[in-house]
Amino acid sequence: MVKSYRPDTLPEALKLMETRDMIPFAGGTDLMVKYQSWKGTLPGFPKDVLFLNYISSLKKIEVKGETLVIGAGVTLSDVADYPETPKVLRDAVLSIAAPGIRNIATLSGNICNASPAGDSICALYALDASVVLSKSGGNRECALPEFITGPGKTSLNSGELLTAVKIPLKKANVQEFRKVGTRKANALSKLSFSAVAEIKGDTVDGIALAFGAVGPTVIRSTELEKKLTGKTLEQIKLIQKDIMNDYSAMIVPIDDQRSTAAYRKQVALNLLKNFLESGLVQEMQ
Amino acid sequence: MAKTSFILNGEEVSVEADPLKRLLDVLREDFEALGVKEGCGEGECGACSILLNGKLVNSCMIPLGAVEGADIVTPEGLRETEKGKVIIESFADTGAVQCGFCTPGMMMAAEALLEKNNNPEESEIREALSGNLCRCTGYDLIVKGVKTSAERGKDLW
Repeated sequence: MVKSYRPDTLPEALKLMETRDMIPFAGGTDLMVKYQSWKGTLPGFPKDVLFLNYISSLKKIEVKGETLVIGAGVTLSDVADYPETPKVLRDAVLSIAAPGIRNIATLSGNICNASPAGDSICALYALDASVVLSKSGGNRECALPEFITGPGKTSLNSGELLTAVKIPLKKANVQEFRKVGTRKANALSKLSFSAVAEIKGDTVDGIALAFGAVGPTVIRSTELEKKLTGKTLEQIKLIQKDIMNDYSAMIVPIDDQRSTAAYRKQVALNLLKNFLESGLVQEMQ
Repeated sequence: MAKTSFILNGEEVSVEADPLKRLLDVLREDFEALGVKEGCGEGECGACSILLNGKLVNSCMIPLGAVEGADIVTPEGLRETEKGKVIIESFADTGAVQCGFCTPGMMMAAEALLEKNNNPEESEIREALSGNLCRCTGYDLIVKGVKTSAERGKDLW
């Protein structure tokens, strides 16, 4: 039978992580489904479990300088309720599951689960988020695209714990999150789209576009974003076709139980087109 | 096995059980809180809804080991309160109950909503109930039940 541990402090937790191979348990809403057994029987956790919900220092969400720092114990509801949370992330978080799950599931858990359909991850890519990985010896920071290496895979080393998510609070007067699923609540994404942009006058001052669930990890191209940056609305119209073609080459979804590759690709491109033609334009005019 | 203590419907309780046992099973088996139902067992249906430290949660997704010291309210606790009585009567009077399996969970979701917002719009009610499935009513009468609870319990929430 597996054991479980309930440390009260982070150093205690990290010390435990050093000594044995354990499953860190934050909200647990993915883990409890992943390891569920027959009804009424114990979940089949393959390793010892480390409960993180007694560590109060991980439950902080705060702005430090120009950065929003979200502790690993902060729930999706807390992220949505926090006034400084960027709109694109708030909308993404509120598209996940339903209130009962959001009250216990954590943002960090959504990241560590590393599902290609993880909705918060799509928004966090567009926000240039990074994660803080802690172990007894110290911390390292890792940009999100370097942390998530594939479906369900991360670059978390043994003994390391994701302890916080950091989001630089940049100016962004256009923020859009779109999710396509079978119904509004409790459905996993067929695909998702996040856009974050700063428009000055009629010119794009900065832009980030991210596509979720249309590849093994979130798709974002800083190269194509550079092509849009500094452009006016009229100029974007002229290059829109080329930009769409370039994104089309990068968007490589699969068929699975939730949707088909063809549908995902078409809708992802439609969302992009819609954003370039009306999402951005509304702000510019 | 380990001892876990928490507050259940206002009473301090403790239980010797595996910390990975689902709270749903602990509540039903160790405390006979049979108002907590198991529907899907994976967070999709809300039949096992309870309040954990005042927040609506699915008890099938929470292991016992995560609730040391927590304040837990089940439908058995809610029905003893004035607010619970208003919700029960409102649901009954509006015809919000058919087979009844989802009803305790719906009432917990209604209570969680009304604590935060005592005069909710229809869209807010639907959002608050979005994690609770009902296969009988088509939801309209449940929404009405919540609206009626809010009206009748104006001074309670």
